[in-house]
Amino acid sequence: MFKFVSMRLLQSIIVMLVVGLIAFGLFRFVGDPVNNMVGQDTTLEEREALTESLGLNDPFVVQYGRFVAKAVQGDFGMSYRLRQPVSDLIAERFPATLELSLVSAFLALLLGVPMGIYTALKPKSLFSRGFMTLSLMGVSLPTFLIGILLILFFGVSLRWLPTFGRGEVVELGWWSSGFFTASGLKSLIMPAITLAIFQMTLIVRLVRAEMLEVLRTDYIKFAHARGLSPRLINFSIALRNTLVPVITIIGLQVGSIIAFAIITESVFQWPGMGLLFIQAVSEVDIPVMAAYLLLIAFVFVVINLIVDILYFVVDPRLRVQS
Amino acid sequence: MSDISEQQPSFLTRLRDSDLWWSFIHSPGAIIASVLTIVIVAGALFAGLVAPHNPFDLATVDLFDALLPPAWEAEGNSSYLLGTDDQGRDVFSTILYGSRISLIVGFASVALAAVIGITVGLIAGYSGGLLDSFLMRVADIQLSFPAILIALLIDGVARGILPRDAHDEVAVYVLVVAIGLSFWVQYARTVRSSVMVERNKEYVQAGQVIGLPNWIILVRHILPNVLGPVLVIATIQLALAIITEATLSFLGVGVPPTSPSLGTLIRIGNDYLFSGEWWITIFPGVALVVLVLSVNILGDWLRDALNPKLR
Repeated sequence: MFKFVSMRLLQSIIVMLVVGLIAFGLFRFVGDPVNNMVGQDTTLEEREALTESLGLNDPFVVQYGRFVAKAVQGDFGMSYRLRQPVSDLIAERFPATLELSLVSAFLALLLGVPMGIYTALKPKSLFSRGFMTLSLMGVSLPTFLIGILLILFFGVSLRWLPTFGRGEVVELGWWSSGFFTASGLKSLIMPAITLAIFQMTLIVRLVRAEMLEVLRTDYIKFAHARGLSPRLINFSIALRNTLVPVITIIGLQVGSIIAFAIITESVFQWPGMGLLFIQAVSEVDIPVMAAYLLLIAFVFVVINLIVDILYFVVDPRLRVQS
Repeated sequence: MSDISEQQPSFLTRLRDSDLWWSFIHSPGAIIASVLTIVIVAGALFAGLVAPHNPFDLATVDLFDALLPPAWEAEGNSSYLLGTDDQGRDVFSTILYGSRISLIVGFASVALAAVIGITVGLIAGYSGGLLDSFLMRVADIQLSFPAILIALLIDGVARGILPRDAHDEVAVYVLVVAIGLSFWVQYARTVRSSVMVERNKEYVQAGQVIGLPNWIILVRHILPNVLGPVLVIATIQLALAIITEATLSFLGVGVPPTSPSLGTLIRIGNDYLFSGEWWITIFPGVALVVLVLSVNILGDWLRDALNPKLR
């Protein structure tokens, strides 16, 4: 157990160092960092002094080491565009993205898993065909278009829901939450649905495929032969075996939720990290881009690690092998 | 030509007798989807002939015609079937020209991704060992990052490296490279696993025994045998690439408004959504969805038709 976990931990650290190298390469070689920090009328001597004081004349490895050391402490430098520390910007935007992602992941699971089970159990029924058509459309409808359609219908025509921003937020220490005000909750509805639809279509297809696979296995046939009730077989035996791989893949989908949050936040002007990132890309604000990249990599690595350890706990065969 | 067709069945006869054709004519969804795809591709290809106006010829665009609703509404003008945008450009014509750019970017980036992916897959699968595990680790890491995020990063880097005013001119190439580089992994994995099966077969050993260089064995003998699944991936990825291009353009980091793609058109129209000019956004959106849906249906059909397990 210890050996397995420490091997995985080592791999994760290597991945983070590689991503860090890419992020640092961005910072160091895309555009001139000094040019981005000073104004037009700075003299050559002042530029030289700044270059020296930032340590940009040091060997590459030394600079990279310093970058990693600072990043570990949460220091990603100053944003070129907003002239604020990147870590402050991200801390300020993080709650908005996390609340949005969690609500939509929850929505997607709540609707997607039952629909997937239903389409697997009754593949010929009218509802199943409807669900599958819907999921094909969900794959083909770009996320930003779903958002625009919702805005047009519920925001512009019916005027039921606010079309941009987070509404009023409540400050809980450094965390700002939109869960506790009416306008915050109302603002959350459309972005959450937009973000959830694509995830939901994926979950429906995944659960359906896994469930169909499990229903074909010998132990399900044997369960039928024993005369167990179909309800017991479907929900207690088949479903449980379906959900193990499904949970793994859904865990790994968190990365894609964050990526699609970029689009959703842009459509609804949701003040989260994705909006920060997209503005950074169009203004070539490298420190923000680098920090965002590292953060996403970190989230991915941590989730991967948890999933691996869970596998180790759940699947006894792995324990025997090591 | 004629004496060749006497000796062996022509391409058309072979097509007519094939399983693929049989499956195609028995699948109404695939027929409708392919007709729609052909209509959109033809409209985009011959946009210069089909479009009633040239929206990018400033001499014919009149600002007095700006923001006209579709022809069937009370204030509509019959010469602008789907209305006009904020600069007086005919929406129907901009959609035709816009789908041309969307399709060019889509096809080019899928081709780039396929070339990279197939090359990596062939090398990894054939050589095995350390090189193989290195390439596949890189693929694993990249796969865990969503394609759209990687495309955004590449686009941001290109913006930083290229001078600011040059960016608009090369925006299409930047997009193709960004999308192509973020989509190659699927091909590499599929080709690699097929190559690993193929490389132990007798025809490969025969090639090795008569001393053919490795690259000839790979390109001439193994490659044709692993292309089937690649075709399926390419179709499904074409839909994804078109969506990704539209998304990037919508986010404002894709093609510039001077030569808009469908995504750029939707972005332009989005600013007018609140003042009630819905047609500027919705019609390009519908065109995009119909195109992507058709390609997706074709991809689904092709996957089932080429999958021997389902026969």
